[in-house]
Amino acid sequence: MGMTITEKILARHAGKARVAPGENVWVNVDILMTHDVCGPGTIGIFNEQFGAGAKVWDPDRVVIIPDHYIFTADAICHRNIQTLRDFVKAQGIRYYYDPDFVKGDGMPSPYRDPSQTRYKGVCHKALPEEGHVRPGEILLGTDSHTCTAGALGQFATGVGNTDAAFVLGTGKTWLKVPATMKFVFHGHIPPYLSAKDLILAVIGRISVSGATYRSLYFTGEGIASLTLEDRMTLTNMAIEAGGKNGVCDVDEKTLRYVRSRSTRDDWEVVEEDDDASYHSVHEWDLGAMEPLVAKPHSPDNTAAARECADVKLDRAYVGSCTGGKITDMIFVASLLAGREVKIPTFVVPGSTEVHADMLRLNVRGQEKAAGEKSIWETLEAAGCQMGASSCAACLGGPKDTFGRLNEPINCISTTNRNFPGRMGHKQAGVFLASPLTVAASALTGHVTDPREFVTKPIATGEAGTV
Amino acid sequence: MQDIITGIAYVVGDDVDTDQIIPAEYLMYNPSVPAERKLFGRYAMVGVPPAGAGLPKGRVPFVDQTDESNSRSRFSIVIGGRNFGCGSSREHAPLALAEAGVQAVVAEDYARIFFRNSVNGGYLVPFQCAQRLCESVQTGDELEIRVAEGLLRNKTRNTTHKLEPLGDVAPIIEAGGVFEYAKRTGMLK
Ligand code: SF4
Repeated sequence: MGMTITEKILARHAGKARVAPGENVWVNVDILMTHDVCGPGTIGIFNEQFGAGAKVWDPDRVVIIPDHYIFTADAICHRNIQTLRDFVKAQGIRYYYDPDFVKGDGMPSPYRDPSQTRYKGVCHKALPEEGHVRPGEILLGTDSHTCTAGALGQFATGVGNTDAAFVLGTGKTWLKVPATMKFVFHGHIPPYLSAKDLILAVIGRISVSGATYRSLYFTGEGIASLTLEDRMTLTNMAIEAGGKNGVCDVDEKTLRYVRSRSTRDDWEVVEEDDDASYHSVHEWDLGAMEPLVAKPHSPDNTAAARECADVKLDRAYVGSCTGGKITDMIFVASLLAGREVKIPTFVVPGSTEVHADMLRLNVRGQEKAAGEKSIWETLEAAGCQMGASSCAACLGGPKDTFGRLNEPINCISTTNRNFPGRMGHKQAGVFLASPLTVAASALTGHVTDPREFVTKPIATGEAGTV
Repeated sequence: MQDIITGIAYVVGDDVDTDQIIPAEYLMYNPSVPAERKLFGRYAMVGVPPAGAGLPKGRVPFVDQTDESNSRSRFSIVIGGRNFGCGSSREHAPLALAEAGVQAVVAEDYARIFFRNSVNGGYLVPFQCAQRLCESVQTGDELEIRVAEGLLRNKTRNTTHKLEPLGDVAPIIEAGGVFEYAKRTGMLK
């Protein structure tokens, strides 16, 4: 009997011909990623367990991307960045993306030019951009949305500080092989939908614990029709269904992206066998799907956007590893171009590369001509409040975080979680939606089906593809 | 691991996520710094919305916040519903519960990473019970978990409930975490 992509990757990394769901295996890890929230604790455990002078197993396989608490005056947050810097220096870690403008006193003023800083922003966006994501590999990260990288055909999952410290010292971890749930999307993505609608449909159907301990495999011509970035939205939220990882097939789009970016070339594509076995198979026809929202306070509390038109909103938020990519920004900008938002709308690029692209490209994703507005300028002209790349209000964070919900208000957001308090205030109501639905709702001030604004396919050009 | 875990119950409902167990605004503290580690105990469970905090009545603080130096809870066994610990991968969640004095959680089921972190970090024992204890146990009940027998006794209500076997992870829990386990099995020197 055949194996799934996930089973094959785990088998190879365990040095076995095959593995079966439920089996526990020790695997070799290709890349370990950590950030400013979990890095210091991980380093603490590493030092305690392996000794203060110990060396990490392979400094070129450790990637450190500070992103969570960057734009805050909080001194402890600045101290944590310094802890990462000291560790990177002592260990000779090459792939560290320093917020060079954080100097340790008060609110840091952001990078001047996003293309001129080592700092990246959100780790899950930065990992593929900087060439650390490759088909067939195992990536572990001290962040639950590490599963995002599965869109590029690898096994990627989130772990805690203890597991990460163990990997730092040994390059190994134990994993239970997950059973795979197969999600097949038929048809071609229509212009009013984005991958966010697809993943909300999945979570709405199977619930926030419907994939616990399992792998989610997204396939079908509908997935092939998505941009690589939109596939990352799908796998990003595998964890919101409780999944261990999410994975997509590798195709030309994947290969082109990885070949142009990868820091190494010793990787191998792994394909799903036709006779692999599944825990369950779920199918959708993209033509029959509608724009969705997840109402407070759970990602599986889904409803059609058009059914929520009576929900008055106080704020819109565009950002995060889920909805802060360049194609998300193009979706939003193409709806807001020449219009004005009705409610305060906060926009945070997912990475400094996204930020630079927003300055460089027009709303069609092409190099902007002289006199033409950039994506950034288009959003500013529509009345959006623009922030620097970071996790920002996606997870609330310190009280002075850009866009944080400090009052019990209703916010529609391109982010991934809406549990109580996630974006700040415990009683705030967060509606999760696609960038198109968020943009349409920002224009009206209530939850709005984007079909009211989207009449033709939205061009994204070459944005985000290489 | 002790063979008998006794303590007072703190009861919560379904889908208690890691933002409720330890809100993101406290994640800047570094657990490797002892004074900061204590703060995780102090703020454990402060994110649970009041109506669901200490069922069935709600509005029961998990850690008494009136004394500013307090970081311990009088509740050492947490009873949860489905999907306990969902959300982020922050190990700060089981760590915060352990710092507050929690020895065991008993839930219907767990989010994967919370369960793994609890076990690998050796913070607390995540028991599973097929019964819906969050509707029968009340906050303040006196409980006793007999680990070897796989039983939970509610001394206040005089009831006994069967727990699921710990299964694959039992050796790691017994060792006290993944590092100890790896040393015992020769994986680490
Ligand atoms: S953007 Fe949000 S979901 Fe993504 S890594 Fe940052 S906090 Fe987590």
